[in-house]
Amino acid sequence: MTDSLARTPLYDWHVARNARMVDFAGWSMPVQYSSIVEEHHATRKAVGVFDISHMGRLRFDGAGADKFLDRLLTRRVIGIEQGLIRYSLVTNQAGGILDDVLVYHLADASGTPFHLLVVNASNRAKIVAWVEQHLTAADDVKFRDQTTDTAMIAVQGPRALDALQPLVDVQLSDMKYYSGQVANIVGHAGIVSRTGYTGEDGCELIVAAEAAHAIVERLFVNGDSLGIRPVGLGARDTLRLEAAMPLYGHELSETIDPFQAGLGFAVQFKDRDFIGATALKELKIRPNQPVRVGLEMTSKRVPREHYPVLAGGEAVGEITSGTFSPTLERPIAMAYVQPKAAELGTELTVDIRGRAEVARVVTLPFYQRESK
Amino acid sequence: MNPDELLFAETHEWAKVADEDGAKVATVGISAFAVEQLTDLVYMELPSVGTAVEAGSEFGEVESVKAVSPLYSPVTGEIIAVNTGLPDSLETLNADPYNAGWILKVKLTDESSLSKLLDYGAYQKQCAEEG
Repeated sequence: MTDSLARTPLYDWHVARNARMVDFAGWSMPVQYSSIVEEHHATRKAVGVFDISHMGRLRFDGAGADKFLDRLLTRRVIGIEQGLIRYSLVTNQAGGILDDVLVYHLADASGTPFHLLVVNASNRAKIVAWVEQHLTAADDVKFRDQTTDTAMIAVQGPRALDALQPLVDVQLSDMKYYSGQVANIVGHAGIVSRTGYTGEDGCELIVAAEAAHAIVERLFVNGDSLGIRPVGLGARDTLRLEAAMPLYGHELSETIDPFQAGLGFAVQFKDRDFIGATALKELKIRPNQPVRVGLEMTSKRVPREHYPVLAGGEAVGEITSGTFSPTLERPIAMAYVQPKAAELGTELTVDIRGRAEVARVVTLPFYQRESK
Repeated sequence: MNPDELLFAETHEWAKVADEDGAKVATVGISAFAVEQLTDLVYMELPSVGTAVEAGSEFGEVESVKAVSPLYSPVTGEIIAVNTGLPDSLETLNADPYNAGWILKVKLTDESSLSKLLDYGAYQKQCAEEG
């Protein structure tokens, strides 16, 4: 591990828990503490805690913030009710996806509204540059990249709210999914949101960097009897894959459009204009584009990224993410395939290192939690 | 078997050579370090008896949740036995990699490659550098 990697405020905490640290987008991050499968099940059955401080947190203050972000994002920002969070995309003029993001519309303790953009670690520099390139003095926006001043912690799983509730001064069960608010978290000012990337119920916290360690320690004291576990990027990937959540660099890129990815809901054209809108209107009606599908395998060999997908021996697409699903106990994958091969139930094959293995197109997500 | 009685390949396989009915036979497996690094094993593919293997060449693969890793033969010869129950009880590799977790028995046809294998001390040193 070289010293050139950035460290989150919880780096020492990970090392003390014997995490295996890896380079992820220039950050030294825990890939696993015990085992990916154990951490995965802990999140599905109890509660998992993830350090996601590597993700970018970009804050926008000022009267023009909503108008400015509305121009940058594919989904309407103007009019998002205060306290709500939306999944959205940043596209370039050609309609290519620069990043998938969450946009928060919150108010600080004094009631002054602000917006927050949470972006992928791998795209942070690109999005910061994109913002700076488009921001002018006339926009009346104060933009700050708060990533290294803050930490971000995900608390996910059926017991996540039980573990977290004693630490915060807001009633978590009253918060809607995809809502957030400024809160007091064991004496520290922060943001609590009902969001996540695991397919489970849960919350994400944004706190000052220096408060992160104490908050996580308290969380583990509270969660001990609930089966709380630290969870690394390895299980974060298997969890999001079972929940069929796209990951930038795999299911999303500048050469994939939102409609192919199944993210048409995040593109709103009506009565507004944004960067990429003109191109996206064309892309939306472009016929015969490969589409994102879910594949389930019959054998135990795991399809990995870039493996060819075939129908009757003819290449019809490519795997973008694949893993062994700890919940389903079989290999699963997401792929882009031609529409004729994308129908549910279609039997395809994946070329796994020279041997064809049977795959079936299945409904996404692979896993859905029981609603309460 | 005790690991200090074994020879190791840089690619983390082990071999124990013994005389069986006048022939040299190597029992082959993968090291505890390799099993620990792989973690979450889900699948293993093994060759069949009678297959010829060469030192340094791939004879199978082991798959974990995160990645697939080729298995390289540490010796040259002909496979005379395969631990066929192993793919269905991969936890054996965690519990007992140097005994019940054996993978192949290979009747050696060329012993010259044995000199390239590491003793346990040298192998541990390599692992410490990788770890």
